[in-house]
Amino acid sequence: MTGARTATPRRVLSALFVVACALCVGLALVPLAFVLFFVVSQGVQSLNLDFFTHNPRPVGEPGGGMANAIVGTLFLTGLAAAMAVPIGILSGVYLSEYRGSRFASAVRFAADTLNGVPSIVVGVFAYAVVVLPLRHFSTLAGGFALGVMMIPIITRTTEELLLLVPNALREGALALGATRARAVFTVIVPAALPGIITGVVLALARIAGETAPLLFTSFNNRFFSTSLTQPISSITVQVFTYAISPYEDWHRQAWAGALVLVTIVLVCSMAARYAAARVASIRGQ
Amino acid sequence: MRSSDFAFRVGVGAFAAALLLIVVAIAVTLANDSSLSIQKFGLRFWGTSDWDPVAGEFGALPFIWGTLYSSVLALLIATPVALGIAVFISELCPDALRAPLIFLTELLAAIPSIVYGLWGIFVLVPAVRAVEVAMPESLRALPLFSGPPLGVGMFAAALILAVMVVPFTSAIAREVLRTVPASQREAAYALGATRFEAIRAAMFFARTGIIGAVMLGFGRALGETMAVTMVIGNNPQVSLSLFAPQYTMAAVLANEFTEAADALYLSALIEIGLVLFVITLFVNMLSRALIWSMARQASPRPAVLVARGAEA
Amino acid sequence: MNKILKRYLALALTAAVAGACGGGNTEPVTANSSSGSGTSQTLQINGAGATFPYPIYSKWFSEYNTLHPNIRVNYQSIGSGGGIQQVINQTVFFGATDGPMTDEQLKAAPGRLLHFPTVLGAVVPVYNIAGVSAELKFTGPVLADIYLGKIKKWNDPAIAKLNPGVTLPATDVTVVHRSDGSGTTYIFVDYLSKVSPEFKSQVGVSTSVKWPTGVGGKGNEGVSGLVTQSPGSIGYVELIYALQNKIPFGSVQNAAGEFVKASVDAVTKAAAAAAPNMPADFRVSITNAQGPGAYPISSFTWLLLYEEPRDNAAGKAMVDFMRWALTDGQKYASDLGYAPLPASVVMLEQATLDRIKVS
Repeated sequence: MTGARTATPRRVLSALFVVACALCVGLALVPLAFVLFFVVSQGVQSLNLDFFTHNPRPVGEPGGGMANAIVGTLFLTGLAAAMAVPIGILSGVYLSEYRGSRFASAVRFAADTLNGVPSIVVGVFAYAVVVLPLRHFSTLAGGFALGVMMIPIITRTTEELLLLVPNALREGALALGATRARAVFTVIVPAALPGIITGVVLALARIAGETAPLLFTSFNNRFFSTSLTQPISSITVQVFTYAISPYEDWHRQAWAGALVLVTIVLVCSMAARYAAARVASIRGQ
Repeated sequence: MRSSDFAFRVGVGAFAAALLLIVVAIAVTLANDSSLSIQKFGLRFWGTSDWDPVAGEFGALPFIWGTLYSSVLALLIATPVALGIAVFISELCPDALRAPLIFLTELLAAIPSIVYGLWGIFVLVPAVRAVEVAMPESLRALPLFSGPPLGVGMFAAALILAVMVVPFTSAIAREVLRTVPASQREAAYALGATRFEAIRAAMFFARTGIIGAVMLGFGRALGETMAVTMVIGNNPQVSLSLFAPQYTMAAVLANEFTEAADALYLSALIEIGLVLFVITLFVNMLSRALIWSMARQASPRPAVLVARGAEA
Repeated sequence: MNKILKRYLALALTAAVAGACGGGNTEPVTANSSSGSGTSQTLQINGAGATFPYPIYSKWFSEYNTLHPNIRVNYQSIGSGGGIQQVINQTVFFGATDGPMTDEQLKAAPGRLLHFPTVLGAVVPVYNIAGVSAELKFTGPVLADIYLGKIKKWNDPAIAKLNPGVTLPATDVTVVHRSDGSGTTYIFVDYLSKVSPEFKSQVGVSTSVKWPTGVGGKGNEGVSGLVTQSPGSIGYVELIYALQNKIPFGSVQNAAGEFVKASVDAVTKAAAAAAPNMPADFRVSITNAQGPGAYPISSFTWLLLYEEPRDNAAGKAMVDFMRWALTDGQKYASDLGYAPLPASVVMLEQATLDRIKVS
């Protein structure tokens, strides 16, 4: 009845709590700002045309760039996608269509497990099953390792999105006499397609930034290469090699490489989400 | 069942089986290739600190110590911050700010680990070194802070891990808080609770899910490789000191794998990989079980959807 | 379903074809290199190993590529331990190491591996002490004690005694060593074990040892990086890393009692004593060499090639490269701080190169 907003201890505590939470947000944004600031300010200095068109020069000679590494990263992620997208999407389809079966539970558990496997362990696995038998460090091994990491991400997002498709669509298709396959592939998947594509692009952005699985699979290459059976350079491994070196010139290139990497990852993530939001709003969801 | 439906099930099932096969293959490969080391050392492997490739003696205690210590420290730093962010974004924040803040926390998660490592070497480590040098002698005498001021070491690693864990834990905690039924909060306010008290009630309701979120962050920290390798100092020693250079399981794999020059050395390293795999598997399973059980308790929506959505 | 499936298959096929075309120059079946004997086809040869000679190897492979544009030698410096292991696994075509392979390692290889010395280098003690710009003098036993953790501060009497004119601060000594398997480590601990029995028994000689104390850096690059960034630290790196990064390094007392600072000349003197007694497999240690002016922590560095290479074209290319490196290539050595090989050793190597079975 009094209703007066007196500053009782409880209210003060509540206000302090709100402030503390806001501070937490600020605290988290500090390293973000810090990292982005350094990456941009240090990286921009070394970005020039040479960086994008030349390969590395020998130690001690200035200049050179990361052209081979940029192409390498694109190639590796493309290879990973070629492997992971079919397995991931179709596994997601299976998990959503046959949800109750024991096999589906096992697959779901496997997907969750795979998602949590540390990337270095995936690299060890790829070394054992691709590099050693073929006796090569190779693009193939690197793509395989990245693909293995991509599969569970795509599987989970696909399953989730397919489940969100209204049952009416599925029932309608089946009522019209479609086979299960036809219903899924011509009605349900297209309905969820924008989200699935978003998921794939986000997964791509994530694995483009991976280093550990590439250390002993795709190895590294001073030269420009697109061969599947040769080692290939990648932005992440190159940045690592340059970062731990003692050469100033290499350090500058490492920052530039990091800037390129962060830009690729962020642009992909933002574009994917923006596109998904647009489609969702167009469809009135 | 029509034959084409059967063909569909088998066809699509084959791809699902491929996924299962990959996971089984990972477990089998790791177990098989580490058998040499397991047979030779048995449980002693995890009790001794003697990592001596020359003598063929491999004791992995420093690595498991380093991994657990760095991850626990990271959790201690990251959890309050992550929960604060989750609460702020889901409960306290003005609507206009919500989307930008969510975007910014996702940005934290999107930055590749190698970029954190690069920043770690050139920015964080010198800063930590400056802090270590500036510490008064009396504090430096404590075992927690002893050792020369290198910059690289446990503290730098824990800080970087904390930064990387925050967005994960906060995103899931946010989702978990979303599933707390409105009735809980409404009841609290009806009883005259302040905002703090209402939120506290909601968090209490969601406690299992929040613990699950924290554990997921823990699992993330356990497996992190690149950023840690670049700032932890790579010294296999068991030390309480925050300033001592130490080693983690993921880091030793990254550094020493290509040069394990004999079968026993390689097998010992793969055994470390196996244990890392098993630990992260266990932690992730536990966290998902916690989130799932909490979601089921709270919401009429299929619980799995909520849990899935939490991790997207 | 048909439409989507068809579209996807078409996409996948295109990607696969594009990928295969992109790699069309190389034959996927052969090991680590493309076959193709004509000069029009690019041959890529992969090697890995020591970081010690990386500056000169990267120069050599770049120069050789300019002379022979179709031959690309991709060398990754992952440490001698990595070089040995990967060449044994045959995931790379050749290895490089500055710690000669042990008999067990040679037995583990699927074929006969030959060692070929390429240049000579020196391992120097680098340090970073605030306020000290003078060149410090070290003896072997003092270095051993530092790395054993027995000498903990820079103003320790043992160090001060050797450097009477220098004011050494009371800062802790931060020991930096290698975190990866390293020939540079091998050379360094080989020397320390010769001059300090305690070091020999406690640590021993190998590419990867159990260090009593210190921080690990990855590669010569990592150690140089750590030392430049950590005040009060001491590390060991190949001479060129200290020179290129302008890190101060000290002189070391040799067997004749003189304090010698590493230089091309001093390393050459160290090799001069060993040259006449070179064993047939070239595996020799020249640390703590006798003779005036010799630098005590010197070493050969070796390239590892199989006597019977699995890939004929790559084998032939590597033999040609070696012949170039042993003759024309040597002129790049001293600019980069490495000492060229003695003439007698080069002659022996040319003869050994004939043993490699290529057509």
